[in-house]
Amino acid sequence: MQQLGVNPIAVTRLGKRYGPVGAVDGISFSVPAASVTGLLGGNGAGKTTTIAMLMGLITPSSGEARILGADMAHQRHQVLHRINFESPYVEMPMRLTVRQNLKVFGRLYGVADLKDRIDELAVELALQDFLDRPSGKLSAGQKTRVALAKSLINRPEVLLLDEPTASLDPDTADWVRTHLERYRRERGATILLASHNMPEVERLCDDVVMMKGGVIVDQGAPSELISRYGRETMEDVFLDVARGRRQGEAA
Amino acid sequence: MGRGPVSGVFLRLFALRRRVYDHRAAASPSLFASLFAAGTLKDDTMLSASLNRIFALVLRYWYLLKDSWPRLLDIVYWPTVELLMWGFLQAYLAEKTSVTALAGGALIGSVLLWDILLRGQIGFSVSFLEEMWSRNLGNLMMTPLRMYELLAALGVMSIIRLLIGLVPVTVMAIVFFGFNLLGMGLALAAFFANLIITSWAVGLFACGIVLRNGLGAESFVWSVSFLLLPLACVYYPVTVLPAWLQPISLALPPTHVFEGMRALILENRFDVSEMLWAGGLNLVYLTAASIAFAAFLRSARRSGALLQLGE
Repeated sequence: MQQLGVNPIAVTRLGKRYGPVGAVDGISFSVPAASVTGLLGGNGAGKTTTIAMLMGLITPSSGEARILGADMAHQRHQVLHRINFESPYVEMPMRLTVRQNLKVFGRLYGVADLKDRIDELAVELALQDFLDRPSGKLSAGQKTRVALAKSLINRPEVLLLDEPTASLDPDTADWVRTHLERYRRERGATILLASHNMPEVERLCDDVVMMKGGVIVDQGAPSELISRYGRETMEDVFLDVARGRRQGEAA
Repeated sequence: MGRGPVSGVFLRLFALRRRVYDHRAAASPSLFASLFAAGTLKDDTMLSASLNRIFALVLRYWYLLKDSWPRLLDIVYWPTVELLMWGFLQAYLAEKTSVTALAGGALIGSVLLWDILLRGQIGFSVSFLEEMWSRNLGNLMMTPLRMYELLAALGVMSIIRLLIGLVPVTVMAIVFFGFNLLGMGLALAAFFANLIITSWAVGLFACGIVLRNGLGAESFVWSVSFLLLPLACVYYPVTVLPAWLQPISLALPPTHVFEGMRALILENRFDVSEMLWAGGLNLVYLTAASIAFAAFLRSARRSGALLQLGE
C-alpha cells in the first residue's frame, strides 16, 4: 500500500546526459495518488528517457526518480511487482500464444490466482477469440489489447504508459481509453501517460507536464493550460509550446 | 563482492533459510547491486518466488522450442554432422595407421565433449538472444525478475537444449562407431560439469557483449567458443603446442578436461588433479564473467542501450 503523504511517482531534479549531449535536464514533478498525468512533448523532448529512468532501464546522471517511495535506480526491486507498463515499442514474444505470454508474465509477477486472472482479463479485454493464437499473428488492435492485459496482469498500483494508442484506429483507441479510465477508477491506480494524442490527453489526464529540449516548459491541468494559452484545445497549446510561442501569443 | 550471479543463484536456491521478504530492504551499493539486491514479494518466500520466476522463464523458452521444428532441428543437426564427419575420419585413419589413439575412440570422445562445451554455450546465449530478437528484454526488466534468475533460467535451458542435441548423437556414436560415451562412467559427470560451467562463463560474457553493443555483436555469440578449439587442445595433447603457448592453454579449464579424457581413454586412468584444476579455473572464469556481465549491464543502463536493442 502507498505511504500516506507520499506521491506514488516523484521525480526530483532528474537529469540524463549522454556525454556532452543533455537528454533530460534537472526536471521535477510528481503524480498524486489515483490521478493521471500526461507527459507531453515533441520528438526528442526527453519523454521516453524520463519514463525509462522511472522504469530503472536508464541510470540518471543526476537527481532521482521514485515510484512508491523506491529510488528506481537502486531500489526498483522493492516495488516492481506493484507497477507495470505498456509501450508499443516493446513487444510481446511473437511466437508464444497470448495465453502462454500471459502465463509467463503472470508467473514473473507472482500472480497467485493466475488462471482466474487470465480468464478475467480475457473477458474484460475481449481476448477470448484469440487467446490461443500466436501473439505475432494478431492485428495491431489485438496486440494492443494483449499488451494492455500484460500491463494489468498484476493489478498494478502504478501504470506507466508510453503512447498506448499509437497507430490504433479511432474505435480501438477509444476502447483502450475507456478501459484505462475504468481501471483507474476501480483500482485507484496512478498513471503516467506519454502521448502525442491531444484529445486523449484532454480526456484522460488530470494534469499535464510539457517537456521541450529535456526541460519542463509548463505544467498544469489541461483546462488550465488551454485557458492560460488562450486556446481552445490541447492540440493548439502543444503547438504553441513546440514552436516556442509564449502564453497568449497569437499564432 | 566475490559472488557471481550463478553462484549467487545456488546460494539462494539451496539456502536453508526461508525468510519473508522485507519491503524496506535497502539495496546493496556494490557492483552486484542490481543482481543481488533484496526482493519484495509479500507473503512469499524468497526461495519459492525466485524459483517461480526461473520456472516462468524456462517455460517461456520451452514454449518457444517445442513449437518450432527449425529450432529443434538446428539443435540436433550440427552435432550429428560433426559426429559423422569425425567418426568416419577416425574409422578411416584407424585402418591406415597403427596409432592407438585413433583405435581408442579419443577422437569421437573429443567430438562429443567439444559439443557439450560449444552447444552449452550457444544454448545459454541463444535463449538470451531470443529476448533481444523479440524485443522482450524491456518487458522482462520491468518485472520483479532478478538478473541472476534470468541467468539461472538460461543455464537450465542450455542443459535442456544440450540434452536434446546430445542424446541422439550419443546413441549414433554407439551404433555407428562403437563408442559409448556413457562408458566413461562417473568421470563423464566430472567432464560434463566442468565443460558446462565453462560454457556458461563464455555464454555469460558473450551475452554481456550483446547486451552492451546490441545485435550488431550477435556474431560474437556464434564464434566466441571456437577460440577455445585450438587453445584448449580438444583433439591433441597440450605437448603438441609450442612451449610458449602451453601455459595459456593450461590456464583454460577445458584443456584439463580434454587431457583428462585422453588419460581415461588411452591410459584407463582418471586424473583427479586435472578435474580439480578445471574446477578451480572454472570458478575464476565464472566469477570474472559475472563481473563482466554486471559491468556490461550497468554500462547498458548508463548508455540507454536497453532501450535500443536493435543493431
